[in-house]
Amino acid sequence: MAEIVLDNITKRFPDGALAVDDINLDIADGEFVILVGPSGCGKSTTLNMIAGLEDITSGELRIGGKVVNNMTPKDRDIAMVFQSYALYPHMTVRENMGFALKLAKTPQNVINEKVEEAARILDLTQHLDRKPANLSGGQRQRVAMGRAIVRDPAVFLMDEPLSNLDAKLRVQMRTEVSRIQRRLGTTMVYVTHDQTEAMTLGDRVAVMRNGMLQQVASPQELYERPANLFVAGFIGSPSMNFLGGTVEENAIRTGIGDIPLTGRLQQALSRSGAVRDVIVGIRPENFEDASTVPSDMSEHGISFRASIDVLESLGSEKYVYFTQETGGVDAAELAELARDSGRAEVGGGSGETVVARLDPETRISEGDNAELWVDGRALHVFDPATGKNLTLGDSGSPASPAGGVVGDAPAQTDAGTAGQDTGSATAPPR
Amino acid sequence: MVATTPQKVGWSVANIVTIVLVLIPLVWIISLSFKTTASITDPTYFPVDWTWANYSGILTTSTFLRPLLNSIGIGAIATFIAVVLASMAAYAVARLRFPGKSVLIGVSLLIAMFPAIALATPLFNIERLLGLFNTWPGLIIPYVATGLPLGIYTLSAFFREIPWELEKAAKVDGATPFQAFVRVIAPLAAPGMVTTAILVFLFCWNEFLLAITLTSTTAARTAPAALSFFTGNSQFAVPTGSISAAAVVITIPIIIFVLFFQRRIVAGLTAGAVKG
Repeated sequence: MAEIVLDNITKRFPDGALAVDDINLDIADGEFVILVGPSGCGKSTTLNMIAGLEDITSGELRIGGKVVNNMTPKDRDIAMVFQSYALYPHMTVRENMGFALKLAKTPQNVINEKVEEAARILDLTQHLDRKPANLSGGQRQRVAMGRAIVRDPAVFLMDEPLSNLDAKLRVQMRTEVSRIQRRLGTTMVYVTHDQTEAMTLGDRVAVMRNGMLQQVASPQELYERPANLFVAGFIGSPSMNFLGGTVEENAIRTGIGDIPLTGRLQQALSRSGAVRDVIVGIRPENFEDASTVPSDMSEHGISFRASIDVLESLGSEKYVYFTQETGGVDAAELAELARDSGRAEVGGGSGETVVARLDPETRISEGDNAELWVDGRALHVFDPATGKNLTLGDSGSPASPAGGVVGDAPAQTDAGTAGQDTGSATAPPR
Repeated sequence: MVATTPQKVGWSVANIVTIVLVLIPLVWIISLSFKTTASITDPTYFPVDWTWANYSGILTTSTFLRPLLNSIGIGAIATFIAVVLASMAAYAVARLRFPGKSVLIGVSLLIAMFPAIALATPLFNIERLLGLFNTWPGLIIPYVATGLPLGIYTLSAFFREIPWELEKAAKVDGATPFQAFVRVIAPLAAPGMVTTAILVFLFCWNEFLLAITLTSTTAARTAPAALSFFTGNSQFAVPTGSISAAAVVITIPIIIFVLFFQRRIVAGLTAGAVKG
């Protein structure tokens, strides 16, 4: 049981590469924090620094109030689960799980007791005397977890522990990890590149990019109030659509029409000064089939026509894809996101594919020139130069929960965001 | 790729030719060792009248038994020391970054490249001065020195194959670097160590030049060197039968050694360490 404090932590490798750039993060005792970001963003390096497997170039790392910068891993009272599990192949499951205790010179009967207890929690009792080579992927993963649990450490560190499992098992183990963490109440830092895992597991999620923290917040907060373009594009599946726009007198002109500036948008834009070119972010679920939108709602948004390229029906929801002149959405963050998701190769042409999540009742079919409606209240407006979310209000510092959001922000929920967050997060990637 | 019939035939012929070429001298030696002194020069490949006399002859004289013991002792000790030192050095070469790493590799290569004949005379003089001449350490030390480069190369290849995360896991589990090496890394490198041990032991066992230069009596003379001191029954008799028998005898421990240890050379000992 301990809290972890990262105080201006920086990591520079001997070759000069800056992996982690001045990170500040307070992790409370018993909290489950996820570090998430695309590969190469420094999340694993950060975890390794907490573990003591990488030196800290500058800054101070405190675990349970003690500065541990120069402590070896064995003095930090941490346990770690590796992406590759790193089980000792020459030892049985029992020996693997008891290895740390044995090194700590724990009496054999105590070791047996603890190992058996952990095996019971993880349903490994009948495998205790087998070697890792004879176990399935999921069993190996559980042994790796068990090795951490028997230690009863102050902190659990997990480095993409589920990424080697197949999709079905991953979902199962995800629940398991979450259950174990609640049961043990141990502080846990979990690294993943999978935003779905991040959203479903963590108390708080820290989104990283290029060695810098982008935003630290609860999953819901990240989803509803992303601090910048990167977070907005990274969190959510399918991801947010981005359209280029120009701010006019009282509307934002975009490829799908003029979006009237409501009170909230107006205020946000006037605060941000003379930004004229903006990027408009729209979550797929903020679109709707215009014919199914009740008339009292339709005034909150705009309708437009689009020719539907592809329609995917998942039963509980339908996704439609249409190509839209994006009007030159061009920001470093988006380029990186596209690279990371492999979209850069798929795209091409001047238009961007926009995805909309529609009510299953919709009659729209592939090839239609359908009328769609977009909820104007749920828009995010970003500054293409800085990537900042202009809709969040002025306290836009990434790490702090931005206050001062006015107007109809809570009304976002009646477009269905709240109920659909987890739903869309577990939806299969397109 | 499926082999075509001409390919299969071609490979089979090549394999058979190779095996026959290798076996002819071996069978010849065995056959000679069973021939009587009188029939040694017979123009027959296989003995006409079989005899154990050659074997009973060499196995009752201390001019062969004592060198056999020397060979086993010197070979085993030199192998043990070489493998222990080489595994530590190889680990450092494979895992650590330290100044002078390339120099270390270069120097160990240099030792391997030195022609043994150029070392024989200086070593003879040095060992006489130090009182190591005609002793076990007098042979063990140069054998370890010659076996080390070989060992470092083979073992560092094995260490490179071991997932780095295993060591990280051991460290997080509370192991000191030495404990991580002894309890996690070394057991996994066991096949490599066994391979290295076999290679070094074979080298020590077969080594002739230094063995004959640095010894003068059966106190330290190894079996291959002792063979060259065999005499016939008279000044004019060539001890071909005895030499053949001795050659067969000194091959046996090697066969046993390899058979015994090859069970440990199992591929995929690291299976299950990481994802699968």
